[in-house]
Amino acid sequence: MNKFVPLSQAVRENLNDGDVVAFEGFTHLIPHAAAHEAIRQGRKDLTLIRMTPDIIYDQMIGMGMAKKVVFSYAGNPGVGLLRRMRDAIENQYPRGIETVEHSHSAMAQAYEAGAAGLPLAVFRGYKGADLPKVNPAIQSITCPYTGEELATVPSHRPDVTFIHAQKASARGDILIEGIIGVQKEAALAARRVVVTVEEVVPDFKGLHPNLCILPHWTVNAVAVVPGGAHPSYTHGYYARDNATYLEWDAISADRERFAAWMEEHVMQATPDAFAERVQGL
Amino acid sequence: MTDFTPTEMMTIAAARQLTNKDVCFVGIGAPSAACNVARLTHAPDITLIYESGTIGTAPEVLPLSIGDGELCETALTTVAVPEMFRYWLQGGRISIGFLGAAQLDRFGNINTTVIGDYHHPKVRLPGGGGAPEIATSCGEIYITLKQATRSMVEKIDFYTSFGHGDGGDHRQRLGITTKGPTLLITDLAIWRPDPDSKEFVVHSLHRGVTRDMVQETCGWRVRFADSLDETPAPTTLELETLRDLQARTAAAHSGGRRAA
Repeated sequence: MNKFVPLSQAVRENLNDGDVVAFEGFTHLIPHAAAHEAIRQGRKDLTLIRMTPDIIYDQMIGMGMAKKVVFSYAGNPGVGLLRRMRDAIENQYPRGIETVEHSHSAMAQAYEAGAAGLPLAVFRGYKGADLPKVNPAIQSITCPYTGEELATVPSHRPDVTFIHAQKASARGDILIEGIIGVQKEAALAARRVVVTVEEVVPDFKGLHPNLCILPHWTVNAVAVVPGGAHPSYTHGYYARDNATYLEWDAISADRERFAAWMEEHVMQATPDAFAERVQGL
Repeated sequence: MTDFTPTEMMTIAAARQLTNKDVCFVGIGAPSAACNVARLTHAPDITLIYESGTIGTAPEVLPLSIGDGELCETALTTVAVPEMFRYWLQGGRISIGFLGAAQLDRFGNINTTVIGDYHHPKVRLPGGGGAPEIATSCGEIYITLKQATRSMVEKIDFYTSFGHGDGGDHRQRLGITTKGPTLLITDLAIWRPDPDSKEFVVHSLHRGVTRDMVQETCGWRVRFADSLDETPAPTTLELETLRDLQARTAAAHSGGRRAA
């Protein structure tokens, strides 16, 4: 089976209305191109999981695609708030969304538990914090050996996880380096995995032996999208476009301006546009 | 040095509290500036850790986010995010957590989640990120924020991260074994918790600051130590280091696109 497919096909074949989906990337390697394709295809009623739902989830929520968001930090990193997400929470615009809020530690370990095939993550967390009062998924367990009370959260098991990576081999093995985030865990926790990559190389011979994070047989589809993380960055390829993150604050502050921006830059665009966006970065 | 702003004084006063032997979990914003001024002046061997997984990082410019490429490129090593939270934070390997706050109370409890009711918030803030576990797993916590009555409040709306709770031995009663907030640095003063009640007490006023100025910008009744110090003004080296860092940072972030 050929894993290398156009992005539109990868999204169409792997993301369905009502899915639980993670588009992961911890500041680095955020799969913007894949998210924009999902927006163009108009998927509905998604449950969006992400530690740091930044611009791409703000866009999906603003386009009315999400019914629920599971997260631990809903900000535009270093800039401020997510204004479309706030509008959905505070004013139910364009629709109300359910939120399930965790700490970073809980989210990271919920992915790890999912990847490990466990039903829950156990950790020392949430002590004295109010989140357990508003998120009934946060429970506790008593250690049978020491008697210590530890926090638990259910593992994440997305229907599909999307990530962006530096390289795929010709077989579809995936290489990531730099800030590796939680992508390996998010991918292995999911039923289906879609990866966008900067480039395809014949194999990984001669590269550092620990850089391949996903063998080809764990990946359902690979789409080659140079620049596909923009305005996030790809270590070794292009830098973070901080100016775009700063601009998003103003674009997302206004419903009309947001809609116009999405029409021009997402709905009327194609994945090829990303390569131009990272020129000079 | 001639003149300095209250925010510069805050950042420099915070930087002075850090030492070469500290392993510091750095929050973005004012904590990040303070930690890097310390590294660039008196504490070149400090270990700075950002929650994106970068350990021993030494950025040339301040990161806009906790995951900027600069942090990874200058780090000793970069680990996965689950490892960061499990082995390094939960494993007890971090001596100081450095946090900011949207709302803070006198016992060092922090809210960065919501203003108003959680389910019907007046303002939805970004949330806790790593803070709930940073607050309880780091050896101790330093807090820095600018004073204002809307941020230094009698009662916070949401316990994003736990400080000393209701004070006294509240941490121990919850089974928390770390010290919690031991230092609060604002743009006006340096505060430390009372050893028994754990309420923050002003120990040092920055140059030109009066007791009234501290009280007028604080939502709780302020306690002052019996012997009140004056925070030494920034030195030329400290101020130049901070300003150079901020100038490099502004230049790097405004363009986005690298200059040729």
